[in-house]
Amino acid sequence: MESVLSMFTSFVEWLRQPGLTHFLVLSALLFSMGVFAILTRRNAIMVLMGIELVLNAANINFVAFARYTTHSLDGHIVAVFVIILAAAEAAIALAIVLNIYQTFNTVNVDELNTLKD
Amino acid sequence: MSQETLLTLATLVLLLPLLDFVILVFFQKRLPRNGDWLGTSMLFIVLGMAITVMMVKLTSYHDETIQIVFPWVDFGTVPLIGRLTIELGLMIDNIAAIMLVVVAIVSSLVHLFSIGYMQGDVRYGRYFAYLGLFTFSMMGIVLTNNFFLMYVSWELVGLSSYLLIGHWFEKKSAADAGKKAFIVNRVGDIGMFVGILILYATFHTFRFDEIFAAMQSGTVPFNDNAWLTAAGILVFCGAIGKSAQFPLHVWLPDAMEGPTPVSALIHAATMVAAGVYLVTRTFAMMTADALMVIAYIGAITAFVSATIAIAQNDIKKVLAYSTVSQLGYMIMGLGVGAYTAGFFHLTTHAMFKAGLFLGSGSVIHAMHHALHHAHDHHTDPQDIRNMGGLWKKMPITFWTFLMYTLAICGVPFTSGFLSKDEILAGTLAFGDLTGHYIIPIVGFFVAGLTAFYMFRLVIVTFFGEHKDAHRVGSIHESPAVMTIPLIVFAVLSFFAFYSFNPFGAASGWFYAAVERPETVVPALVAAAGNQPFEEALHHVHLPAMLLSLLVAGTGIAIAFATYYWKKIDADAIATKLAPLHKFLMNKWYFDELYQATVVKGTDTIADAYKWFDNTIIDGIVNGTAKWTLGVTEGTNRTWEEGAWGAMFYKAAATVLSLYAGWELASWLMPGAAGTWQYLQFLVIAMGTAGLSFFLFYAGVGGFDNKIVDGLVNFIAYLAGFFGLLSRKLQTGRVQTYIAFALFGVLVFFLWFR
Repeated sequence: MESVLSMFTSFVEWLRQPGLTHFLVLSALLFSMGVFAILTRRNAIMVLMGIELVLNAANINFVAFARYTTHSLDGHIVAVFVIILAAAEAAIALAIVLNIYQTFNTVNVDELNTLKD
Repeated sequence: MSQETLLTLATLVLLLPLLDFVILVFFQKRLPRNGDWLGTSMLFIVLGMAITVMMVKLTSYHDETIQIVFPWVDFGTVPLIGRLTIELGLMIDNIAAIMLVVVAIVSSLVHLFSIGYMQGDVRYGRYFAYLGLFTFSMMGIVLTNNFFLMYVSWELVGLSSYLLIGHWFEKKSAADAGKKAFIVNRVGDIGMFVGILILYATFHTFRFDEIFAAMQSGTVPFNDNAWLTAAGILVFCGAIGKSAQFPLHVWLPDAMEGPTPVSALIHAATMVAAGVYLVTRTFAMMTADALMVIAYIGAITAFVSATIAIAQNDIKKVLAYSTVSQLGYMIMGLGVGAYTAGFFHLTTHAMFKAGLFLGSGSVIHAMHHALHHAHDHHTDPQDIRNMGGLWKKMPITFWTFLMYTLAICGVPFTSGFLSKDEILAGTLAFGDLTGHYIIPIVGFFVAGLTAFYMFRLVIVTFFGEHKDAHRVGSIHESPAVMTIPLIVFAVLSFFAFYSFNPFGAASGWFYAAVERPETVVPALVAAAGNQPFEEALHHVHLPAMLLSLLVAGTGIAIAFATYYWKKIDADAIATKLAPLHKFLMNKWYFDELYQATVVKGTDTIADAYKWFDNTIIDGIVNGTAKWTLGVTEGTNRTWEEGAWGAMFYKAAATVLSLYAGWELASWLMPGAAGTWQYLQFLVIAMGTAGLSFFLFYAGVGGFDNKIVDGLVNFIAYLAGFFGLLSRKLQTGRVQTYIAFALFGVLVFFLWFR
């Protein structure tokens, strides 16, 4: 009990002083959630959302490293590029999903395996 | 109560609805009754806090602005720009405190009403979650002290509006209406965004007070007053979109596809008033030209939508156009410089228009149940022509509805009379000061139209005979959760809450609390200051009041003569003025106009892109493929016929054997001279070449057949073998591949740890 409490207090202390680690932890959580969504969701839209999470996890990493190491805007610029890329990706991916839906009448990625045969 | 406590309370008012949203959106399915009690009780707590904030603000800190500012992001020193920090913060001044209570009252009562109205809905819990999200975003607009948070909240209310309009998204019209609202708003928001950027580029801050202070000390964007006017008008573009002003008013009537309580909360009382609130916030930076644009936009909106409202038959459509018209009134009031009157009308209108919508919701609810009871699925429960004679059946709904109608028409002793009268007086004063008399003329004319179409609505809905004698029997008054909000709103439509003098708001607490701010723009481009405006206002006050009473009375009288006593035959007039009637019924053909220009134009551009993609891009890709295919097919044919291979080997063998013969001959006879010796040399060389050619050719042929082909076949066989093996891994499912990739990355991590 004592140790749990002290762990909790040190955790709160850690939370109170944000540094690079915090951003990395956040980004890791976001990344894992994104990968989880990609791996477990059957709906193509959900998979796309997972991809967005993964991309944004990367963005956080870029910005956080830029802020805490070189203190330049390089990371931000890469992040802006990633955002633009993500927007383009979303536009194309959604168009593909729309076409998939029109062809197969489903967006369940598990059922879309006709290319295999 | 200290200022810190007040700020804490305001922060809670802002964040509690967000908490409500987060809890409901994630856990509503696990909560009893889908968590409607949670949202509603949370909102009533928020209401209590908001009232506390307003009371304390108006009593203890009447003339102060309470602010909290914190740096949100600090980019440090950025090349070309300098120090780049974005500060966010909350601000409680008098208009924020009053607006806070307006939003909290409407939102909490709409929550309560929705418990009755939305009973048994498919997405009951989600509906309440979105209401929470909306309230949070709206509080953000109200409490912000900078353009940045304003813009963020601005988009958030747009989002919640979109989600709630499309609440019944199975219905195509509802889904389309949501999209329309979102897209049309975007047009206005682009303008607002550019306006904010102009201000930021010059002042390097988003905070209202800092921008205004810098302007007062003589800084204008890019050292040009024209840019100041442009910034003002561009910021006002946001209000044009959100407050459904001409020419972007087309989304609001369609937004009535959402549930009726949503129409009351978002599309009548609060969100659409956010545009008016934005103008009051930025009033000090508006130049005379910008205010003129605002006044004219408001007047045009008020006129256009009031004329449309006359010819509509859907109860919610009439109210929607009436809302657009009243919003135009507020904007017009602000534009002419009647700052307090415009904001006052926002407050009073929020109460009676929310009441009108909830009342119409009560009627629709009753109609819907009666129709459902009679298994009638063809009759439109919202069409007023199918109603009539409801007043005996739904007494509370009727009497409260009548109260709101009196208020919106500007009948004395109602709140609407106070605010509308002040706006009309303001327009008259504006006409006196600038000579633009068209604005007061439109104002008074619209006041008459409003009285007419609102009483038309009341008479057709509640009086006369019901269309279906059988159906009227099964119509009942709505349950208490729905009638209590109606009663509260009706009570709040009395004058006494705003001013104890029923014929002049200027002596009430509201006018003391909300004072027109001194302009901060350079005197050269400023509108008439407070002093001359007040004087002009003083002169026209009594005539304005009498005139507004006259036009409202005329409107009401015509409505009664036409629809109650039937002295005037409305249908005959409609037939006589058929083109005009059709024009009004079709909403001035705005939708058709936009369809033909904007939508068609976008479609044309999209078609052009499609053609470019299909013809040029695909043409290049397919052409390359076709060309490659053609070339390979040609080559392939030659190979298959053996010509190429034979030619290659023959050529190689010839060259090599000629070389070998030459070498041998020159080794045997070094320094050959003379014709005879030369011939001998040639014979030896040719003989060697022929021999080696034969050997080489035969040998290479065998080599090719056995070794080279064997190797190729072996590799193909090997590839096939591994293909068979790895085929089991190639599931055709994206997820598996990603899992492999992830696994690979993890292996790398362990490897290079």
